[in-house]
Amino acid sequence: MIPAADVVELSRLQFGLTAMFHFLFVPLTLGLSWILVICESVYVMTGQQVYKDMTRFWGKLFGINFAMGVTTGLTLEFQFGTNWAYYSHYVGDIFGVPLAIEGLMAFFLESTFVGLFFFGWDRLGRVQHLLVTFLVAFGSNLSALWILIANGWMQNPVGAEFNLLTMRMELASIAEVIFNPVAQSKFVHTLAAGYVASSMFVLGISAWYLLKARDTGFAIRSFAVAAGFGLASVCSVIVLGDESGYTTGEVQKVKLAAIEAEWETQPAPAAITLFGIPNQAEERTDYAIKVPYVLGLIATRSVDKQVTGLKELREEHTQRVRSGMQAYDALVKLRAGSKDAVVQQQFDAHKADLGFGLLLKKYTPNVVDATPVQIAAAANDTIPKVAPLFWSFRVMVGLGFFFLFIFAASFWFLARKRLAPQRWLLRLIVLSIPLPWIATSAGWFVAEYGRQPWTISGVLPTFLSASSLEGGQLVFSLIGLCTIYSLLFVVEMYLMLKYIRLGPASLHTGRYHGEHALPANAQPAHA
Amino acid sequence: MFDYETLKLIWWGVIIVLMLGFALTGGFDLGVATLLPWVGRNDDERRVAINTVGPTWEGNQTWLVTFGGALFAAWPLVYAAAFSVLYVALIFTLFALFLRPVGFDFRSKLADPRWRSFWDWGLFVGGVFPSLVFGVAVGNLFVGLPFRYDEVLRVSYSGSFLDLFNVFGVFCGVLSVSMLTLHGAAFLYLRSDGAVARRARLATVIFGLATAVLFGAGGVLLGGMSGLHLASAGGDLNGVVLPLQKTVARNAGGWFGNFVAQPQLWLVPLATLLAALACAVSAALGRRWLALLASSLTVTGIIATAAIALFPFVLPSSIDPTSSLTLWDAVSSRKTLAIMLVMAAIFVPLIMLYTSWVYRVMRGTVTIERIHTDTHSY
Repeated sequence: MIPAADVVELSRLQFGLTAMFHFLFVPLTLGLSWILVICESVYVMTGQQVYKDMTRFWGKLFGINFAMGVTTGLTLEFQFGTNWAYYSHYVGDIFGVPLAIEGLMAFFLESTFVGLFFFGWDRLGRVQHLLVTFLVAFGSNLSALWILIANGWMQNPVGAEFNLLTMRMELASIAEVIFNPVAQSKFVHTLAAGYVASSMFVLGISAWYLLKARDTGFAIRSFAVAAGFGLASVCSVIVLGDESGYTTGEVQKVKLAAIEAEWETQPAPAAITLFGIPNQAEERTDYAIKVPYVLGLIATRSVDKQVTGLKELREEHTQRVRSGMQAYDALVKLRAGSKDAVVQQQFDAHKADLGFGLLLKKYTPNVVDATPVQIAAAANDTIPKVAPLFWSFRVMVGLGFFFLFIFAASFWFLARKRLAPQRWLLRLIVLSIPLPWIATSAGWFVAEYGRQPWTISGVLPTFLSASSLEGGQLVFSLIGLCTIYSLLFVVEMYLMLKYIRLGPASLHTGRYHGEHALPANAQPAHA
Repeated sequence: MFDYETLKLIWWGVIIVLMLGFALTGGFDLGVATLLPWVGRNDDERRVAINTVGPTWEGNQTWLVTFGGALFAAWPLVYAAAFSVLYVALIFTLFALFLRPVGFDFRSKLADPRWRSFWDWGLFVGGVFPSLVFGVAVGNLFVGLPFRYDEVLRVSYSGSFLDLFNVFGVFCGVLSVSMLTLHGAAFLYLRSDGAVARRARLATVIFGLATAVLFGAGGVLLGGMSGLHLASAGGDLNGVVLPLQKTVARNAGGWFGNFVAQPQLWLVPLATLLAALACAVSAALGRRWLALLASSLTVTGIIATAAIALFPFVLPSSIDPTSSLTLWDAVSSRKTLAIMLVMAAIFVPLIMLYTSWVYRVMRGTVTIERIHTDTHSY
């Protein structure tokens, strides 16, 4: 029995919302932690107090953000079991491994030392405290590695085999899972994106202080750290990119064709569509502006290989659905106790397409009796809606190049010591603070929406993965999560803005903007 | 390396160790949060209580996260079935747990008394509610959870959230709150002074006695319930055993079969009972370290008693005993168990090592004077 369609859709909505919400806080944890390491290292090496204050002030904002990251992260770990029980059952043997290693190797490191980062200033030597800060940064980044290995496996499920007896996927090679090219390219791309977001955060707030001409010594040093770190990171995001991932794996091919609105397979090297209006109904792109050769060069790194178009992929998938029916037919016979070598051969020959056969479960529970119309419908399900992917991708890439400009300009004027007069740039940076979050959300949308209709690419369809819950349970959890998340978000933004406005004066060192206004005997309010 | 059967058995132990890790360390902050409205009569006193666990609660909670991850990797069937059958209960627990990270971190960021009072109650809910639900969940393992497998091992459920609140389930929930509050009280007593320590000491005595009584009464209740008995695992334990192949008998003798078969196992609940009483006595006599040691033994003993009673079951089903999961058939492949064992063997001791270091750095009594002079406290 497959779960009701509304349960599947609501589960998807819930996972999408909670994952996107979680990823509002992850980028800052990933990147700001390194900015703290940089500031504190300078403090340890030079002994200049302002760098300690920088570490502590940006650390305060890091702490507010970190609390939200921990809060929202817990939901995701629970959700695989609560909402995606069949998924957990079917691939837990592989997918659970990186998640468990993440806990043991990385999350423990990060969470155990984050307390010491805040509480240990007076109890640890300078170098010891720097080491603690480093371990927090290292732990959170290592955490991302294992999570992205898990996510990469969903996009490109290598190193796993279907076990007839247990009716699930089982681990064949942990090395293949870890060194999955999709996971590795995702890792560097996601980390660098987090660094860009964090740099923009520090750069933007520092620019605001500079515009207000307050705490300029503090602000210009923070600005310098962010400009340098941001420039290096934005180059990494663009250069490393994740394009190397596109050519591996089945879903990645579909995703590539969809984000480029590549309906037909073009003669190599393919032209890239800069802009256009994807027209799903007629399967063409209206008003397309194309640049010849570029897509072929980016996607295949060659001039003679083709980039497969969506129509051709759908044809291939029709064949794979038919092959999947053969696999399913043999599977049923083998599970019923057949010892026939021919049946076993049939299964072995077609088992790679079993997932495509499962797509038919939506149309006919027995799979093997599917009509040509149903087969065509299943194959059509593998072709995503093009427009959302096409546009999200362009938003992400466009913002990426905009960030390159921002960081390059910041670095240039800073290096030439002509930053202060460039008020247009400082204002532009302040206004740009939210943009990296739009870019990362768009990026995740491309990655995850582009994976549909699969949870595990080519292996397990989404509609089979959900728990057999009732709609009412989902409505309850969705309403609760949305309400609490919204309230927490308001509280978090309020605290962030409050502490940003207070600035380094919130450390009560007596050295910063507005502190002289306090009466000498006043008790610090937030000690 | 180990054969599959041994690996399965070891993983039963590892999962219990991870659960204990959370109960013993996360128990500090759950218990302190539960006691917060009573041990702290003003903001300073509440800050003392919060700051005893402030620097370490995040690491403590990671035992829960890692327990979840390990369940996913080693017992995927349990992770899938238990989390989805307990859907509403777990979502509520999640909401309560949300209040902890933000409660600890955001509370100190503003001085407004209403703000602080809100988060004080938030922390209280974040302490008492998860403690209750974890207990209710464990209690319902003995009653059985309403799930069954179909022939392709897809799990389906009947029953509702409120069904969890049967007599034994609620009883275990109360025991769990008492046990974790005891542990938090003993910790707070060790780490604080003045009025806060006095109240924590009283709480240790009260909850020590309460835990002993509840634990004893729980044994009596359990004796009156019917248990499950694994008549046949349905295959070679050293190979793949499927959930639906086993034969399960209803055991009128309750869940005490393992104790009857191995009478020396009675020492575990007996020692637990004594530890809870010893905890109350130690606190009454002012022996702080001894009280904490005794509360740790109490927590360990209660979880061990439950695990032994259930063995080899890990997730009994109330509607279809054959669908019940055991440590033999709920597991991952041999390869996954082996890889994860290597990881656990390397990292669990390492985690214990650096966690001890962090506790060592943050050692000492938290006093009102200290939180006033230390600008780094919550």
